[in-house]
Amino acid sequence: MAVGIFIYLAAAITTLSVLVITRRNPVHSVITMVLLFFHIAGLYLTLNAEFLAAVQVIVYAGAILVLFLFVILLLNLKEELIERRYVGPWPLGFLAALGLFFMFIFSLKGFRLGPLGPFTDEVIKAHTNTKVLGKFLYMEYLYPFEVVSIVLLVAIVGAIVLAKKRLKS
Amino acid sequence: MIPLNWYISLSAVVFIVGVAGFLMRRNIIIMFMSIELMMNAVNISLVSFSHYLNDMKGQVMVFFVIAVAAAEAAIGLGIIIALFRNKANIHVDEANEMKG
Repeated sequence: MAVGIFIYLAAAITTLSVLVITRRNPVHSVITMVLLFFHIAGLYLTLNAEFLAAVQVIVYAGAILVLFLFVILLLNLKEELIERRYVGPWPLGFLAALGLFFMFIFSLKGFRLGPLGPFTDEVIKAHTNTKVLGKFLYMEYLYPFEVVSIVLLVAIVGAIVLAKKRLKS
Repeated sequence: MIPLNWYISLSAVVFIVGVAGFLMRRNIIIMFMSIELMMNAVNISLVSFSHYLNDMKGQVMVFFVIAVAAAEAAIGLGIIIALFRNKANIHVDEANEMKG
């Protein structure tokens, strides 16, 4: 049963990600990507990461892709539908990606798991995934968490500066 | 129990599709979506490591990656709008002013 679910999710994720990069119309790509992110959230559920599955749907599918859709709305994409899709030397890029893939697959053979941590399934089941993750985040990773908030602030300021009309000085 | 290698292979496939999309497409919006695809591939492998190693660090990393991805999308889309305002198209092979 679990294997069947994994195979379905893997097949769907692979197909949808190939569709994302080959569609001519960027709106179709974004819609396909929403479906892809829902399947990735399903994959997180099979890995006992419920909080991240919810965040994946809310932040990625809900916020980031809507941002993409808004930008596509602002741009004029009429000519996109008739022009060529790929850069001139695209077979070179394809070969580079293929070589990287074989490198990954061959390096997978030498992979060994490290020592196990304290958060077994029983510990997570006794509390909940969200509670365990939240305690761990706020106790062990408080400083990186604050740094991330600064990163987001810089992104807000940077996006406004980049996208606003240049003022005449 | 599904072997960990299956998850890592799926992550590798999604990452490679992202790399291929980034190197092959002309449209800069699709290139940014390929970057999101690569980040999601890394997230899949981090969550599967977290599950198979009984450790929460992987999920915390995914949390940070999602935050950085949101910041990157905001900045990147600002750059796209600025590029479109200056050049009236969003094809990367036509933006070559910096070429020496």
